[in-house]
Amino acid sequence: MDETIAEFIKRTILKIPMTEMTTILKAWDFLSENQLQTVNFRQRKESVVQHLVELCEENNASLNDAALLDIICEDVDLFDMKQFKSSFKKVLQRALKNVTVSFRDAEENAVWIRIAWGTQYTKPNQYRPTYVVYYSQTPYAFTSLSTLKSNIPLLGQALTIASKHHEIVKMDLRSRYLDSLKAIVFKQYNQNFETHNSTTPLQERSLGLHVNMDSRIIHENAMEKERVQRVTQETFGDHPQPQLEFAQYKLETKFRNGSILAEREEPLRCLIKFSSPHLLEALKSLAPAGIADAPLSPLLTCIPNKKMNYFKIRDK
Amino acid sequence: MSVLRPLDKLPGLNTATILLVGTEDALLQQLADSMLKEDCASELKVHLARSLPLPANVNRPRIDLIVFVVNLHSKYSLQNTEESLHHVDTSFFLGKVCFLATGAGQENHCIIHRHTVVKLAHTYRSPLLFCDLEVEGFRATMAQRLVRMLQICAGHMPGVSALNLLSLLRSSESPSVEDL
Repeated sequence: MDETIAEFIKRTILKIPMTEMTTILKAWDFLSENQLQTVNFRQRKESVVQHLVELCEENNASLNDAALLDIICEDVDLFDMKQFKSSFKKVLQRALKNVTVSFRDAEENAVWIRIAWGTQYTKPNQYRPTYVVYYSQTPYAFTSLSTLKSNIPLLGQALTIASKHHEIVKMDLRSRYLDSLKAIVFKQYNQNFETHNSTTPLQERSLGLHVNMDSRIIHENAMEKERVQRVTQETFGDHPQPQLEFAQYKLETKFRNGSILAEREEPLRCLIKFSSPHLLEALKSLAPAGIADAPLSPLLTCIPNKKMNYFKIRDK
Repeated sequence: MSVLRPLDKLPGLNTATILLVGTEDALLQQLADSMLKEDCASELKVHLARSLPLPANVNRPRIDLIVFVVNLHSKYSLQNTEESLHHVDTSFFLGKVCFLATGAGQENHCIIHRHTVVKLAHTYRSPLLFCDLEVEGFRATMAQRLVRMLQICAGHMPGVSALNLLSLLRSSESPSVEDL
């Protein structure tokens, strides 16, 4: 084994805190169980490191192996799935005594959690469980709405403690489609958009409107149409929109036209709800269809950027 | 402020040009297609505009009939029509303008009251037609009607002028506003 590689491995191992040493070495999987057993991890760190480097030499570590160790060390937030699960379960069981918690590991470092809630005196109700998906590499978790209001703070607490964060914040973003929520939250929805300088002319990309071939029909406002297409494309992009069903705006504002209502002291309360099988695509098609002016109100277009679809609007 | 005038150009030989003004391009396009399917001795031209005024410095034929398409489901559509009307010379309103209201069939989506468009048409002394342009059968019938009106307005029907037609339509169809 090269001297430089030995030095590199030595320095890398020195950086690992003793508490994580065995975890990382096991994750690295370069030294065998037997070899690791020969190491006395209670010695002074320098001795441990020395011993480990000797073992690496025995196995003839290559630069690749050293690099792999380095990568594993960089992942300081070494997420321990087992520890998360047990911690989560403990928090709920301590508070409620009667609760059923099940886990299922899924792709992309995601864990699905099913919780059936009971109380101190009643058995858990298996027919109204809550489902949670937690993406361990991110600070986001998604839960189903079937949770009783009283259990929500406890759920939040369990997630916060188990994932070793300080606090949990409820986002004003709801949808039936987990993939769409993920797309918005992880900003994955515009990954199909490859370059800004697309070579297809604007006419062909015209959002499905019938392009007329009959020369007896003349569009007088072709320039305006192009402007609308352009503004729409700038706002929404070329990619398919994530799927949301609602956008809700709770207004507590004063009435603004010149009528009697504007003289009221207190603000008016009003709830506006937009619903659609595919809200964002519908909003995208408003201006090209001639139902609204382009550009649309920023209150509508900010939904994916702000990761919200439930808004509270008050006078400043 | 450019204003459309009915007689500021010479007519094209055997040509009749209609201008459809409305916010929903898809509807206008469909209506135009239906009109052009009609058998007609005159050469038809259909111009589609979202609003008035039309872009200047464009060579276009004389316009014989303007149809303002108002979607009863959309306040934006009505607003657009009201603003566009300011760019039409008064002499157009002697039979060469008509209003077409669409969407009356779906009453629960209508946010413009029927009375509003009736009043608008009455103010401008022009006929008001109702037709759900999204329904193919109704649209075809309306297209036929508009083609005949267009031919009259272009002067291609001997013995009948746009003004004649206007008086005929007024006395038989539109009740006066006081009757409503």
